[in-house]
Amino acid sequence: MNVAFILIAGLTLGSAIAAMSLRNLVHCALCTVITFAGLAAMYLQLNAQFVGFAQILVYVGAVAILILFAVLLTRNSENQPNTLLASPSWIIGILVAISVSGTIIYAVVKSTRLAQTLPPAPEATVQKIGEQLMTNYVLPLEIVALLLTAAMIGAVIIAMRDKNEKEDSGSKMITGNARERVSQPSTIHHPSSSQKTTR
Amino acid sequence: MTPLHHYLIFSALLFSIGLAGALTRRNAILVLIGVEMMLNAANLNFIAFWRYSAHPEALTGVMFVIFSIGIAAAEAAVGLALIIAIYRHYKTTSLEKVDSLKG
Repeated sequence: MNVAFILIAGLTLGSAIAAMSLRNLVHCALCTVITFAGLAAMYLQLNAQFVGFAQILVYVGAVAILILFAVLLTRNSENQPNTLLASPSWIIGILVAISVSGTIIYAVVKSTRLAQTLPPAPEATVQKIGEQLMTNYVLPLEIVALLLTAAMIGAVIIAMRDKNEKEDSGSKMITGNARERVSQPSTIHHPSSSQKTTR
Repeated sequence: MTPLHHYLIFSALLFSIGLAGALTRRNAILVLIGVEMMLNAANLNFIAFWRYSAHPEALTGVMFVIFSIGIAAAEAAVGLALIIAIYRHYKTTSLEKVDSLKG
């Protein structure tokens, strides 16, 4: 058990706990970035260089930015009451997580089939990975390419605002604002007060 | 050198943290982050078992993780697009308020 493993594991687990327990969504997203980077360091420690850098590119680069954009696009949605502790769903969730981790850790510790010795470092060079991708794994590669294309088109279509809805919500918003302004001018500060609770 | 079961215990802890987050948090984005964390923990298991296997030159674990990362990226993109569409409809991302199939 070397020092680097302890440091990376502590940092990763700490940032994962922070990402799952902080109240500010932007802080959660940034802690998730640290978790993903720590996992990339783990892959590098295990001699899987290509996977480590792919992890940095895909997760730290792309998925984290996607999450941040989603957080920024869905602003003022975190105005829920402070029911973090002692609510039944919270206790049940924590109990389920603890029992799952306890079962897995018990099985791992009790297992006698795990390899005890570290074999010499394999040569997982990019050249070998590319050869494998083009020979044995060419069909999965094509399927993943198709899946990514379909997912990209699907994401754009789902997130695209269609014209009817746009006109609908736009007119609703205008009439709602106008009504508010005409009938009750004292409620204009309402949105700002709901924003205050999000901070 | 670090024994194999340390990596497995670490990934079990990471998996359970992601599971706890996915079960307890009400915000849809945080649930998605929890799911991503669980996927990453499983990927780490694949890499650890590949590194400690008797025939690491077959590259099976590495290949599985590469495809898994690609699928997870597609899942994150579609999931966040769905969350944005839900937010546009309900004006919230709290999973407790999004409970009707017919908007």
